Amino acid sequence: MSERFRTEQGGRVDREQEIQFTFNGKPYTGLAGDTLCSALLANGVHMIGRSWKYHRPRGVMSAGAEEPNAIFQIEKGNRTIPNARGTQVELYAGLDASSVNCWPSLDFDLLSINSKFSRMMPAGFYYKTFMWPKSMWMKYEHFIRKASGLGEAPRETDPDRYEHTHRHCDVLVVGGGVAGLTAALAAGRAGARVIIADEQSEPGGLTLASKAHIDGIDALQWIENAVAELQEMPEVTLLSRSTVFGYHDYNFLTINQRLSDHLPIAARSGGREKLWQVRARQVVLATGAAERPLTFANNDRPGILLASAVSTYTNRYAVKPGKRAVVYTNNDSAYQSALDLKAAGVEVVAVVDARTDSASELANTVRSTDIQVINGSVVVDTAGHKRLRSVQVMRLSADGSTVSGNVNSMACDLLAVSGGWSPVVHLNAQSGAKPVWDEEASMFRPGETQQAQVSAGAASGRLDLAGCLAEGADAGNQAAKACCFKASMKAPQAEKVDAEATLPLWNAPSPYTRGRGPKAFIDMQNDVGVADIELAVREGFQSVEHVKRYTAMGFGTDQGKLGNINGMGVLAQTMQQSIAATGTTTYRPNYTPISFGSFAGQNLGDRLFDPVRKTAMHAWHEENGAKFEDVGQWKRPWYYPQAGESLHDAVNRECLATRESVGILDASTLGKIEVRGPDAAKFLEMIYTNNWMKLEVGKARYGFMLGEDGMVMDDGVTIRIAEDHFFMHTTTGGAAGVLAWMERWLQTEWPEMEVFLTSVTDHWATAAVVGPKSRDVVAAVCEDIDFGASAFPFMASKTGKIGDVECRVNRISFSGELAYEVNIPANYGRFMWEKLMQAGEKFKITPYGTETMHVLRAEKGYVIVGQDTDGSVTVDDLGLGWALSKTKPDFIGKRSLSRPDTVRKDRKQLVGLLTEDPMTVIPEGAQLVNDPAAAIPLPMVGHVSSSYYSACCGHSIAMALVKGGHHRMGETVYAPLSSGRVIKATITEPVFYDKEGAKPDA
Amino acid sequence: MFLIECPWCGMRDETEFSCFGEAHIARPLETEKLSDEEWADYLFMRKNPKGAHREQWLHAAGCRRYFNAERDTVSYQISATYKIGEKPPGGSRK
Repeated sequence: MSERFRTEQGGRVDREQEIQFTFNGKPYTGLAGDTLCSALLANGVHMIGRSWKYHRPRGVMSAGAEEPNAIFQIEKGNRTIPNARGTQVELYAGLDASSVNCWPSLDFDLLSINSKFSRMMPAGFYYKTFMWPKSMWMKYEHFIRKASGLGEAPRETDPDRYEHTHRHCDVLVVGGGVAGLTAALAAGRAGARVIIADEQSEPGGLTLASKAHIDGIDALQWIENAVAELQEMPEVTLLSRSTVFGYHDYNFLTINQRLSDHLPIAARSGGREKLWQVRARQVVLATGAAERPLTFANNDRPGILLASAVSTYTNRYAVKPGKRAVVYTNNDSAYQSALDLKAAGVEVVAVVDARTDSASELANTVRSTDIQVINGSVVVDTAGHKRLRSVQVMRLSADGSTVSGNVNSMACDLLAVSGGWSPVVHLNAQSGAKPVWDEEASMFRPGETQQAQVSAGAASGRLDLAGCLAEGADAGNQAAKACCFKASMKAPQAEKVDAEATLPLWNAPSPYTRGRGPKAFIDMQNDVGVADIELAVREGFQSVEHVKRYTAMGFGTDQGKLGNINGMGVLAQTMQQSIAATGTTTYRPNYTPISFGSFAGQNLGDRLFDPVRKTAMHAWHEENGAKFEDVGQWKRPWYYPQAGESLHDAVNRECLATRESVGILDASTLGKIEVRGPDAAKFLEMIYTNNWMKLEVGKARYGFMLGEDGMVMDDGVTIRIAEDHFFMHTTTGGAAGVLAWMERWLQTEWPEMEVFLTSVTDHWATAAVVGPKSRDVVAAVCEDIDFGASAFPFMASKTGKIGDVECRVNRISFSGELAYEVNIPANYGRFMWEKLMQAGEKFKITPYGTETMHVLRAEKGYVIVGQDTDGSVTVDDLGLGWALSKTKPDFIGKRSLSRPDTVRKDRKQLVGLLTEDPMTVIPEGAQLVNDPAAAIPLPMVGHVSSSYYSACCGHSIAMALVKGGHHRMGETVYAPLSSGRVIKATITEPVFYDKEGAKPDA
Repeated sequence: MFLIECPWCGMRDETEFSCFGEAHIARPLETEKLSDEEWADYLFMRKNPKGAHREQWLHAAGCRRYFNAERDTVSYQISATYKIGEKPPGGSRK
């Protein structure tokens, strides 16, 4: 075996299966069953990366999700994963890992110079230093990003497939440690539908690293039996490599299942990840507990690991994390790590225990070996650069406030630390609970929640194996009973282990002057030390949430899983208050970082994420070279360039052709709603601002819809097809909103009205035939309609036939020209379009798109709701007061039209603008001022809402909303642009073409 | 994500619904007779209670029916849903 730090035997690795991988380009060998970190440790590699701010060498700290240091860039190219926790990355053949935060290389890092100046980079350093002068921030930011970046986001399209699934279950068990397995067994045996999700490659949790016994058999065997039994149960789903990362309202939980990341890339098939969205009747949180580190000077050197992680590496992964170890603790559990190390053949120099006495059976077992137990002492400093060389130990005074005596320096390359245990309360807190501080046990326990949920085992603070089994069984039984199953499983039995209390040791005394000594780190990933928290308090930050944001404690990819509780302890101590009063920061989803792919699933692109809507004539537009514009989800032809034409060339040509002969526009996207029923006219009287009762059958009318605040909401033409049947047009973007709006009034306010609304936008294809020759074109296509000017007047509607297909022709105009809108069932859209094109051939009929449509309507001063209005514009502001009924007692929004704010004289009102230079087109959105030479900030009097070059007029035209504009005709305003240029313009009426309005009536 | 009982369709996920804010705001009958203050009260003033709150919801991606719900704004528990025109459970509350 080539790995120098493998134990002789044992572990859950397969010694027959060697796996080759690379780290920073160098080849290594590991074993099947390894994680990336266990394989590196087996090769004696401790230093993994550099820290975020000071670029200090950092190594593996933990063996789980809480890992702050050992994060990697996995693979390169389109499958690259940034910031993967090496403690949770399963080793596979060919794995390519590299460090994330060192430049130019891990061994030689130029920015490690930051470490020498750490005193000059305190908490809030970036806020204090780089915000001045303001103009330089962008330049500083560039440098800071390079210096402090973590992993690199992929730049190429993700080739993998991601899936979503939705499930219901009786009991969702989170965590596959012994508590979770027991709960799942209890609920499963009762017949409940159970999902049990476990984060690791195999269930068992921390017990996978244990040598204990359950029900008289080896704990590992018991786990195997439990898993086998669960897999046999038809109603139980056991998920491995599955992290429950979000706990939402009404027991809705999200699970990220990793399907193939553990396989060599060539062997992967199917999806990469599956997102489970589970609605559970009952939830059992068996998420375990995480060990806390201890805080002392230079506590971040490679070779300093959590004691429980040391046990996991030796027992589960058969790795010796060092040759000579010291164990440093404030509680009993680390004594087991000392025994595990010794059994693995690692020399254990001493157990340093901050408690003056430790008399548990476990401690005494250690004492009976050659391991020295040093009570009442603390580690005050360490030495070593890229790897730990020694630790310095001093005696703690009786009251624990100072250290004294000689410094006992112990040579070692491994320090196993344990600062006590914290239940993993993240999901409980996400579900709406506030974690509760237990002073006696020195831990936050899960709090009360409204949701049907129970925490069991270490997650609820029961750290002993027997307790986990008992609580697991109880939780499983209770959850099943709550779902009306009979459940009575007896708890599996394990030896009772006595343990003595943990000594809280948030910020142990040190021989250094406060704030002056070497850094004692709280949050390794963000380089936040004890002194930073103390500084934040001195500078006036008191809330834990503010301290977090000022120091950056608890940010980053680990979200403070390792260091936050220690940080809250230090904060409480500094502020001389209890931890209960200090509280925790807010736990939010996601528990661990989740890939974007997982959230997206198959909701990708224009098919499933944001579907594209195409009209029935879309293919024709494509074949004829149209450029398209997105209007909501619709693709609308924007313009039809001919060879060599720019947008403006094409629009000028389309405009002139339409005004001079005939043009054709695909108007299918306009919203269409059928309004039917005996009360239809009465209903429209309330919805629209004008009169509808007396509209004749076969006639059309233009109407405004207001919000109840009196502001313009939508507009369009509505046709009376029969006494009780109206055909309403809405704006393209407003169709769905208008339907919901009208439904709301009908359902909630006027349920007595007999009116039915049906959306028919997609049922009809519509072509607008526009221009002086339009009558000839439509007459040639619908021979059965009399298009004579008096037989078929403006604002009338008739049905007829194109070939054998029924169609409806409306004589309405959004261009100021003689125009007809021809509607046909959508399936015949292209048939109709081609008939019209054919009939128009001799008039050189010109297809035009939305850009020309905009110019034509602006030449006439017709507004577009949403472009010339913005939710703060009334009909009077638009100068269209004629559309407001003076006789109707009420309509939606009417009362608001007499509110003091609505009748202000200085409201922004719609006007036209003519630029001094007729060829200059003011940019849309430009702000208008009266005097460009006034002192900055210039008082703004309005803005430009529509602006084009008009080929028909031979000059530019614009529409603008100007304060009091209706009374400023002929006055001058200026549009100062960001370039420094100022455009001068004169206020006019907003009608630029055919001011008499005779043409549509021709 | 809430689980909401549509009075017409039964229990459905929150993603199918839209919320329209405070329920039981009747449109005044003779709007022209209202003072500006009375109209502003109808138009703008909304309750924002801590605790039980009656809201109007729409089963937008379902039956497209509006209905009312009583929801606790702290615990997010929905104690009742009922059709438009039905009396809220527990009687009126100011």
